Amino acid sequence: MNSALLLGIAKKHLMTKVKQTLIAALGVTFGIGSYITLVSFMTGLNEMLDNLILNQTPHIHIYNEIEPSKKQPIASYSDFEAALNVVHSVKPKFSQTKIHNALPLLEKLNEDKRVRGALPQLNTQLFYISGPIELSGNLKGIDIMNEVSLFNFGDYIIGGSAKDLENNSSGIFLGSGVAEKMSLKIGDRVQVSTVKGGIFPLKVVGIYQSGVADLDDIQSYANITTVQRILGVPNNYITDINVKLHNIEEAPGMAKSVASQNKLKAVDIATANAQFETGTAIRNLITYAVSVTLLIVAGFGIYNILNMLIYEKMNDIAILKATGFSGKDVQFIFLSQAMIIGIAGGLLGLLIGFLLSTIIDGIPFETDALPTITTYPVHFDIWYYIIGFSFALVSTFFAGYLPSLKARKIDPVEIIRGQ
Amino acid sequence: MVLQANNINKHFRKPVDFHVLKDINLSINNGEFVSIMGKSGCGKSTLLYILSTMDTDYEGELMIQGEKISGRTRDELSYIRNKHIGFVFQFHYLLSEFTVLENVMLPAKKLGEKSLKEIEADAMEKLRILDIESIAHNKASRISGGQKQRVAIARALINNPAIIMGDEPTGNLDSHNAQNVFSIFKKLSVEQGLSLLIVTHDLDFAKKTDRIIEMLDGRIIS
Ligand SMILES: Nc1ncnc2c1ncn2[C@@H]1O[C@H](COP(=O)(O)OP(=O)(O)O)[C@@H](O)[C@H]1O
Ligand SMILES: [Mg+2]
Repeated sequence: MNSALLLGIAKKHLMTKVKQTLIAALGVTFGIGSYITLVSFMTGLNEMLDNLILNQTPHIHIYNEIEPSKKQPIASYSDFEAALNVVHSVKPKFSQTKIHNALPLLEKLNEDKRVRGALPQLNTQLFYISGPIELSGNLKGIDIMNEVSLFNFGDYIIGGSAKDLENNSSGIFLGSGVAEKMSLKIGDRVQVSTVKGGIFPLKVVGIYQSGVADLDDIQSYANITTVQRILGVPNNYITDINVKLHNIEEAPGMAKSVASQNKLKAVDIATANAQFETGTAIRNLITYAVSVTLLIVAGFGIYNILNMLIYEKMNDIAILKATGFSGKDVQFIFLSQAMIIGIAGGLLGLLIGFLLSTIIDGIPFETDALPTITTYPVHFDIWYYIIGFSFALVSTFFAGYLPSLKARKIDPVEIIRGQ
Repeated sequence: MVLQANNINKHFRKPVDFHVLKDINLSINNGEFVSIMGKSGCGKSTLLYILSTMDTDYEGELMIQGEKISGRTRDELSYIRNKHIGFVFQFHYLLSEFTVLENVMLPAKKLGEKSLKEIEADAMEKLRILDIESIAHNKASRISGGQKQRVAIARALINNPAIIMGDEPTGNLDSHNAQNVFSIFKKLSVEQGLSLLIVTHDLDFAKKTDRIIEMLDGRIIS
């Protein structure tokens, strides 16, 4: 009953200052609304950029790098142990880029509980030949259907379908840049020649576009068996293994152990894409800095209106105290005014934030770089609304606290005497 | 004994030390109608603020209905004011956004001993006693000065307090309204046995009360 009574008084006071109350509430609305909009949009962007990387990037990329031996033969001679040996112009020994024992390794990886899937790839350089044009490029032999399910390969096929490649042992997916330069379209024939010589006719069954122009200008895909046949290598000839894990956090540790156990290179996604974390952190920082600034401005609005109300309602405060309302009661009245402004403004802010996010979500946004995106990316998350509303409550509480404390401490005798 | 003050002394420390109340001893009996007179500045208001528990910065002892009040916490004092003391000021002091009825009901709602219905009935009853029930639903800012003071008296009565205190409650009214307010007090004293302690400048008014306390320079002289 007591709080209902005090809230009644608080409401009456606010109603005498409708305009100022509205302005103060709209300040909060503005702050929360922009927080919701910004954070939804920024997170949508972050996710889109992250996905762009995460979708097509393996969590661990295993390959064999040709590099010079760290230990030169002379070091094995005990005669020169105490001497300073200098070997000039060290070159790597000739070896193959293929992964040694690739098939058992693949099997082992696929049995590992942490692994969602490990896929073999065979990478080679070659020339595309179509009529008089010769173009150097890259051909990747892949396990197409699994690439589609694990690395969203399907998102980047802009002509033809994954099945077309799977069913055609001499089919090829050309990079969009390659196709354009050579005026090739689906159904056409293209010849490829390997570095070692030999020309092979292939049929264009699809066009691939990653969105990265440099890549699309050289890269093409075929079935791994097709590429093995072109290169004249056995079916255990694999140059890369791409691993996708269930939990991306495990990538660095696992990469390390795979590398050391198999004497291979294994690069994890965190190391390869460190800059994306930074981008995400900075976008988040901007979002929160802007929102907090707006809320502080809104807080000043509330602080202002409460001070004004308290100043104008000095007599009321004196009467209330003289007739038996305690300091706490009076503080409750003014603090609840701040909270009423905060709650009303905050709720409206949530609504406006939601509407703006929805509108942005519907705005068309098409770019070659992102073939799967058709509208601006917006991430909807109930937590932003919970955080936003808590933000509103906390900031209005702080804005209302000092003025309400002042009201609590007002000495009625001083006011009554002042008349 | 409704009210008793023993050896009350008060100093204002600012701007300079000023001994405003000196060894005040007084007591009000149940049902007594007492007036306080004295020159302007002699300390009447200051004394009344102490007796009404609003001012706690004094030395000495204050008893209300036999209970010691000095040294209580602010929240306890708020409750005592709410339940046992009705205060009427010189400048009416109503909450202007509320109706007359709401103003009168406010202290009872705060006390919270009765249901809303009972409180409203009580408030209407008090307004009837003061002959202003016709303006019950008017806004407090839309009534005359004389009416406002009667509403303030009704509000002071709402919790059936042990004592009503007034600081020159007629000081701001014309003689007709002042006469009116005085006869209300007299009626309450006679008919309902209410205890009253009223500061006034009006000698005719004071003469009709049971007892006059006269103050001079912070002391009670008779
Ligand atoms: N807050 C204060 N600080 C210092 N002196 C005060 C204060 N309030 C009142 N006084 C002085 O105390 C004296 C008594 O004041 P008051 O009780 O209001 O007198 P009265 O009501 O009898 O006219 C006056 O001289 C007045 O100037
Ligand atoms: Mg006075």
